Amino acid sequence: MNSENKIYFYPVWLRVWHGINALGILVLIFTGINMQYANPGFKLMDFELAVNGHNIAGILVSVNYILFIFGNLRTSNHKFYRIKLKGLSKRLQLQVEYYTSGLFKNQDPPFPLSEKRKFNPMQKVSYLLVMYLFIPGLVITGLGLLFPELIIENVYQVSGIFLTAVLHASLGFLVSIFLIVHLYVASIGKHPLNNFKSILSGYHDLNGH
Amino acid sequence: MRSSYLLILILFLISGFSQTSQAMAPENDPCLKCHTHQTITFHNTLTKREDKRLMNPLYILDKDHFSSGVHAKFKCIDCHSADYGKYPHNAELKLEPLSTCLDCHGGDAKYAAYQFEKIDTEFQKSVHFQKSGESFTCSKCHNQHYYQAKSRNSSEVGDIVKFSNEMCMSCHSNNSKFQLISDKLKPALSQIHEWLPNQELHFQNVRCIECHTQVVDSLSVSHNILPKEKALKNCVECHSKNSMLEASLYKYKNLQNRSKIGKLNSIIKNKSYVIGAYQNIWLNYISILIFLLALAGISIHMIARIAKK
Repeated sequence: MNSENKIYFYPVWLRVWHGINALGILVLIFTGINMQYANPGFKLMDFELAVNGHNIAGILVSVNYILFIFGNLRTSNHKFYRIKLKGLSKRLQLQVEYYTSGLFKNQDPPFPLSEKRKFNPMQKVSYLLVMYLFIPGLVITGLGLLFPELIIENVYQVSGIFLTAVLHASLGFLVSIFLIVHLYVASIGKHPLNNFKSILSGYHDLNGH
Repeated sequence: MRSSYLLILILFLISGFSQTSQAMAPENDPCLKCHTHQTITFHNTLTKREDKRLMNPLYILDKDHFSSGVHAKFKCIDCHSADYGKYPHNAELKLEPLSTCLDCHGGDAKYAAYQFEKIDTEFQKSVHFQKSGESFTCSKCHNQHYYQAKSRNSSEVGDIVKFSNEMCMSCHSNNSKFQLISDKLKPALSQIHEWLPNQELHFQNVRCIECHTQVVDSLSVSHNILPKEKALKNCVECHSKNSMLEASLYKYKNLQNRSKIGKLNSIIKNKSYVIGAYQNIWLNYISILIFLLALAGISIHMIARIAKK
């Protein structure tokens, strides 16, 4: 499948998962902002529609997360997420230096992508945080808010439902910041649209990056 | 020695548990002798025998329930004619008009805080009064024998909600009571509220009157029940920073708690979380700041990329 300059990075299951996840999270952010900042003077959409849309998209993204976990377990894709802690800060520093300076001096990236390396160290850390901490956290707190009877009523006299809601909104906010940065970083390459084409076609063009 | 400790403990527990109910006036004993039982035994002067008959269920009083109510210490004859002391009761006594709530509560400085006159003015604007007039008495909702001032005295919002909604449900989910003032069949509540997301959750956590009354700031509980077409259907009236619930359901609790434990504490200790109603200004600022910083970083990077091309 792999030609000299192209690597088949994104198999079909991964592209389907990524597509559903991207659309679902966009709906969740839009409807979530509508609920969190609801006010009679601030209306992007009907509150009722926002609640229903958020619930449906939330369930869809949660089920989709299971696809992500199974896909990673059944294929070798999980290897790309492995992080060696030794020297991690040095590798992160090199990547930050590349993005803030080397990139503008037309230097080669410190961690060029290959069949064995799909993500640079910054990607690894951020994807690990988002996919294995923030999203599961959002799924669990989201399910709790869908079924409030499951939530512990009081945690040291503090309302369990309040803690769950604050955690859910905070994690949701962090994911929305991640999304903005993720979209921007994806535009870094020879042509800003190359990475977006890759996630649709499945092929990563080494010459285009 | 051990048994005396046990006795003290038992007495202590009993006194603790019986705090909410009060002893009834002993003058009520002759009335309660019959009016707390399903049957009545009397000497039938015609048959010259002791007769046992069924008591009219509407005239049976729940003694425990009564002793937890606001009128627990009242004597029966405070409201009912003293002539009821004689049995068989004189049939003409039924023709005597019963005392209304305002006969005692109106114009009395002792009850000024309750604002009964204002409640009456508001009530007269309500759909209940408009449709049924004077026959819709206070006692249709506030059973004078069992009423408790929950919205003033309870520290649990859930308790206030349950007590308040039971008042509405006593007719609106009971066809035979509903038809005492209406010719129609009572509408199915779950059907007419089908539009409401998480219906069950709303019914358990907010009072019917939250959406079905016109809130009056100066009254603890609004009494102007609106016709159904004027009921609130706009979610963001409650699900917003200036939530209407703050002025109604949480008013008493908030005023009480905020002075004692501060606003943040009163929010985080509350078991019900209302989406959109708990916006913290600092968290809002911090999130906007992080968002702007991210955008600024991206913009600078993008400009630098374009400039270097």
